[in-house]
Amino acid sequence: MIWNETKECMSRDEMTNLQSSRLVKMVNRVYHNVEFYRKKMQQMGIEPGDITGIEDLNKLPFTTKADLRDNYPFGLFAVPKSDIARVHASSGTTGKATVVGYTKKDIAIWSECVARILTMAGVTREDSIQVCYGYGLFTGGLGVHYGTEYLGATAIPMSTGNTEKQLNIMMDFGATVLASTPSYAMHLAEALEETGRLDKIKLKAAIMGAEPWTDNMRTHLETKLNIHAFDIYGLSEVMGPGVAGDCIYHKGLHIQEDHFLPEVIDPHTLKPVEFGEVGELVFTTLTKEALPLFRYRTKDLTSISYEKCECGRTQARISRFKGRSDDMLIIRGVNVFPSQVESALLNIDGVKPQYLMVVDRVGNLDSLEVLVEVEERYFSDEIRELDKLTKKIAKVLQSALGIAVKVKLVEPKTIERSEGKAKRVIDKRKLY
Amino acid sequence: MFVKQLCVFLENRAGRLNSILDILRDNEINIIAVSLADTSEYGILRMMVSDAQKGKAVLKEAGFSAMVNDVICIKVSHKTGSLSKVLDILLAENISVEYMYAFANGKYASAVMKFSQPEKVAELIEKDGIEVWSSEEITSMSF
Ligand SMILES: [Zn+2]
Repeated sequence: MIWNETKECMSRDEMTNLQSSRLVKMVNRVYHNVEFYRKKMQQMGIEPGDITGIEDLNKLPFTTKADLRDNYPFGLFAVPKSDIARVHASSGTTGKATVVGYTKKDIAIWSECVARILTMAGVTREDSIQVCYGYGLFTGGLGVHYGTEYLGATAIPMSTGNTEKQLNIMMDFGATVLASTPSYAMHLAEALEETGRLDKIKLKAAIMGAEPWTDNMRTHLETKLNIHAFDIYGLSEVMGPGVAGDCIYHKGLHIQEDHFLPEVIDPHTLKPVEFGEVGELVFTTLTKEALPLFRYRTKDLTSISYEKCECGRTQARISRFKGRSDDMLIIRGVNVFPSQVESALLNIDGVKPQYLMVVDRVGNLDSLEVLVEVEERYFSDEIRELDKLTKKIAKVLQSALGIAVKVKLVEPKTIERSEGKAKRVIDKRKLY
Repeated sequence: MFVKQLCVFLENRAGRLNSILDILRDNEINIIAVSLADTSEYGILRMMVSDAQKGKAVLKEAGFSAMVNDVICIKVSHKTGSLSKVLDILLAENISVEYMYAFANGKYASAVMKFSQPEKVAELIEKDGIEVWSSEEITSMSF
């Protein structure tokens, strides 16, 4: 099944024509409504008229997460506040969130994109989708929820956590589709297996997103739950989940290209990479009203293919992610930057200790352990004081990152330093 | 009244205690008493040594977190109930023991103790004639 055959199976010429006309309109609108971009374009000596089609895309300035933060909260919005129907936000590295906004039409398009991707995964009106992404400022929960309703399927809005309740509802309500992070799906699968309830569920598919995963995990999940597991990709700055997703052939994720124009660039030279080469994925939004973005740098490393898929769709496909061009980690679906840990530790007493983040996956759940060197100023002759210190650091980190953190005190000079710079992260999960 | 105690932070890893002891030996610092307080992940080594300040300096040099602090070292005669007699006096004043460890030396047993209110303990020691080791006595002890 294809939700919107006209858009998903367009010829390349039709697609580039559509993208070009949308881009021209979008650039015009942004120039006149967003001071930030107008100034940038003026500095670069370009006018809206210089952009006549997607071949002119590389004349436009890039946008980064820092630009959104610098214009916190609503500085990049292109519509009056009264036209904003909803906002979402993601936590930022400096404590300030990145805020994104949507008009009613933006939400309708978002729902359409999610509905396309759900259909790609075989979901129909007959299905019930248990949505285990966080509902709230995070785009995951509400994004998938609205797409589910738009498609006409039944949404079971569970949000995250409470495994036992999730399983009971899954069985009692007969959920046929699970939408969650892959690691949480593994956790649910294991809980079902341990309690001998694997045969009590009606799941046929899982829509996995918000964190990287491997083909091994897919196979494992599919075998254990007897389902098909699909990828859904998105990022709040660009929209949320629904920017791209994969079909039953699992040959890359189909981008909703009529709304999001992709590029792959070399993160160092910022020039487009050779056709099919790996580079940083960049998106220009083509239809977004509230928060249109020029060339948003996702920092995700991937390659693009424009070949028609066996499923019949002609949309560009991005390969499984090969990593990040920055140091962001995704832990239990939450974006974590080492700089967040650093500034949180700095806030404890104004001096930055040596630390090391160790990310692992224990029993399918991600764990973050932060090793902190006990420098002389932290040291005490009493266990109780060191215990207090451990708890305090854990609490500070937990509130800064939004995930549980285990803190371990280690001796000074035990965290490896290479060329004077300490290594900050060890990721044992091997997700890429 | 107070004596100097040397404290070192150490992780629960093989060989850590050994390397601390090696450093002290190489620097001719004599250990008079030692105790290890540990949790599942780390420990604090507390010691009476012949030169606490030098001990701290050499351990720091070797990359350890070390500190010197004041504790009280009580003389306890080898008689049943003599330690509890001392503790009773302190307990009556609502003073609690943060930690303690003991060692024996000639006709006395000795208890190194850290209390919740060290100044008040000092007063009581004075008033009740509780016998304590002085810094000089401790540092010159050898076995
Ligand atoms: Zn396909």
